[in-house]
Amino acid sequence: MSLFSSRKTRFVEADILVIGGGFSGCGATYESRYWGRDLNIVVVEKANIERSGAVAQGLSAINCYMGMQWDENQPDDFVRYARGDLMGLVREDLIFDIARHVDATVHKFEEWGLPILKDPKNGHYMREGKWQIMIHGESYKPIIAEAARKAASTVYNRIMVTHLLMDKARPNRVAGAVGFDMRDGTFYVFRAKAVIVSAGGASHIYRPRAAGEGMGRTWYAPWSSGSAYGLLIPTGARMTQMENKVVLARFKDGYGPVGAWFLLLKSYATNAYGEKYEAAWFEQTRSIVGKYADAEPMPTCLRNHAMLEEIKAGRGPIYMQTQASLDTREKEETGWEDFLDMTVSQAVVWASQNIDPRDTPSELITSEPYVMGSHATCSGAWVSGPEDVAPADYQWGYNRMTTVEGLFGAGDTVGGSAHKFSSGSFTEGKLAGKSAVKYVMERQGDAPQVDETQLKALEELIFRPLENYRVGRNEIVAGTVAPSYINPLQGLQRLGKLMDEYAGGVSTFYVTSEPMLNRGLELLAMLKEDLDHIGAENLHQLQRAWELHHRVLTAEAVIRHTLFRQETRWPGYYYRADHPQLDDAAWHVFTSSQYDTKTGEWQMSKLPVHHIVQG
Amino acid sequence: MPTYTDMTRCDGCGECVDICPSDIMHIDPVYRRSYNIEPNFCWECYSCVKACPQHAIDVRGYADFAPLGHKVRVLREEAKGIISWKIRFRDGREKAFTFPIRTTPWGSIRPPSDYEAPAANSLGSQLLAHEPDALKVETLPTLPAFREEGGALP
Repeated sequence: MSLFSSRKTRFVEADILVIGGGFSGCGATYESRYWGRDLNIVVVEKANIERSGAVAQGLSAINCYMGMQWDENQPDDFVRYARGDLMGLVREDLIFDIARHVDATVHKFEEWGLPILKDPKNGHYMREGKWQIMIHGESYKPIIAEAARKAASTVYNRIMVTHLLMDKARPNRVAGAVGFDMRDGTFYVFRAKAVIVSAGGASHIYRPRAAGEGMGRTWYAPWSSGSAYGLLIPTGARMTQMENKVVLARFKDGYGPVGAWFLLLKSYATNAYGEKYEAAWFEQTRSIVGKYADAEPMPTCLRNHAMLEEIKAGRGPIYMQTQASLDTREKEETGWEDFLDMTVSQAVVWASQNIDPRDTPSELITSEPYVMGSHATCSGAWVSGPEDVAPADYQWGYNRMTTVEGLFGAGDTVGGSAHKFSSGSFTEGKLAGKSAVKYVMERQGDAPQVDETQLKALEELIFRPLENYRVGRNEIVAGTVAPSYINPLQGLQRLGKLMDEYAGGVSTFYVTSEPMLNRGLELLAMLKEDLDHIGAENLHQLQRAWELHHRVLTAEAVIRHTLFRQETRWPGYYYRADHPQLDDAAWHVFTSSQYDTKTGEWQMSKLPVHHIVQG
Repeated sequence: MPTYTDMTRCDGCGECVDICPSDIMHIDPVYRRSYNIEPNFCWECYSCVKACPQHAIDVRGYADFAPLGHKVRVLREEAKGIISWKIRFRDGREKAFTFPIRTTPWGSIRPPSDYEAPAANSLGSQLLAHEPDALKVETLPTLPAFREEGGALP
């Protein structure tokens, strides 16, 4: 009997549908309820919001806090910082908007019970760096999830959302989403007046450095499947800066955080011979990027660049000289808690390799690239900005609405607004939530209609990998090698290999070029065709199959945008060998793409960068 | 494999299945106990380790870079608001740490609907919930209107 015949379909109505219950989704849910007391607010999450998203494990710091109450920083200072770090290209309206609201978010977190460390001298939050404050953040996500659960009408855990739905009559109006229950295979149809996509950015687009059992220990969580982009791209939503991938310099293999070590404990990095190397590369770096090398602090990508050049010169391994700074028990606790709160694996690596940071320096390395909109890069959707500060061509009525009617974004979904981190992502969720409530209130009676034929086609498509396996499995005795299907992991490994080798992964020291990108596109086109032949043995693999779909769409956007931008804007993140210089005359712009699902064509264009904050 | 389940301690309750962000803790159909079905998609996030009522789940670091013989054990006590770690190195050295996790009782967060409903016309303002009070400054910052010509360049 076919699996089809016994499958149930469940329809869920919502005023506001929040897709993804990470930090931005929790913020969106909380704020939607605050303004929309009578609205039906539904959260859908592929895991369990108690421990989902990028902060599932916890965090040891909040990286975005102004401290306006103590006049520590102002929002325009933060815009200048983010602009400098991203080599001039950020949506200053979006960043300013987050920065001016983020303190309220953090104050609420503290009231809810998040332990924030205090400076005994003045009672202010203890600063790790200029923008960062220290927390005991092991339960950061469960605390925030509690607030979201109390705000939502319903939270649906373990539903993998695969596609957004569009209105039957208006092709640019979102109407909801579809997916499936990972436990019982029920086909879910969510019909909504407004949709907030607060899904995750992407790990595993590029083959990770650890290719064995440790492939799950990517810096960004393995469940960050690029759904933020994989859901939006097929709707034709305008995307921006998808070439702006992030590479992280972290403790080797465990990818433990370095912020507290560099900023608070004042550890420093050296080459294998104990020499500080960054300054030695400054003039060479400046010859690539010009004045952008002068930014203070040095942009994240340029610090990567110096490390990479030092390794290429044969003076690796690079070491963090931890032993120089752990002279008290308090500092030792700070160093270990940094990992135990958010990257236990680094503690596991140290224990397993007999590395006590009081005695022994620890290796640093640059990670494989990731695609995201919330950390030190800003890939994502092109969204409308705040009404009072966004330039006219950056706004079309509703803050954080994408170019699709009724479709909002927050967190990794939103492009151009880097350096949000946890607190800024929650804040951006709040902005999107309030905006979505306004959208729904102003359009009383506008209930989008879903096309029944479209639903049937999607249902068939979503569950096809189970059918592929059920049929194809009969051709072979046992094992994973079959002539008519590949399993999701096999597809993921093909994607990771081609992105790594052709689109600037670790195996080429992040170097790519037009011919390499074009070859990557040829191979990616065949992988896209083969996605019709993914075989899923069970519902878990069906989830992996759709995560792969989202990653492949994200990867294609990355290649298209990387091809389009003919310069090397962020050395240390990636290099266009055929355009090895930063080129402000031609490329002081945002890259933009719109995908046409029917034709498979990508429309590429440039969008202006407006500087609304002086200095 | 990154996480693994102790055969004698696990009672098959499924808490780990319910919490795993990666959906890789499943119940084995023969033994009726949990196991990690996909170790190479494990982040070693310890969500299942912390959630297990029987303390039946542990981590053996990734085989491709973590030599054997280590332990990183955890006890998360919600009611006390603390988490305790014990680390044993491959060479037998040990370290122990305890950190706070929450300062308020679990379940104590006020839902947003508990607060006075905002005025209908405030939906059009730039203020978010609890602002400006929660900002702890008097007014929400803004910027002068943007003008294309003569706009400030960095």
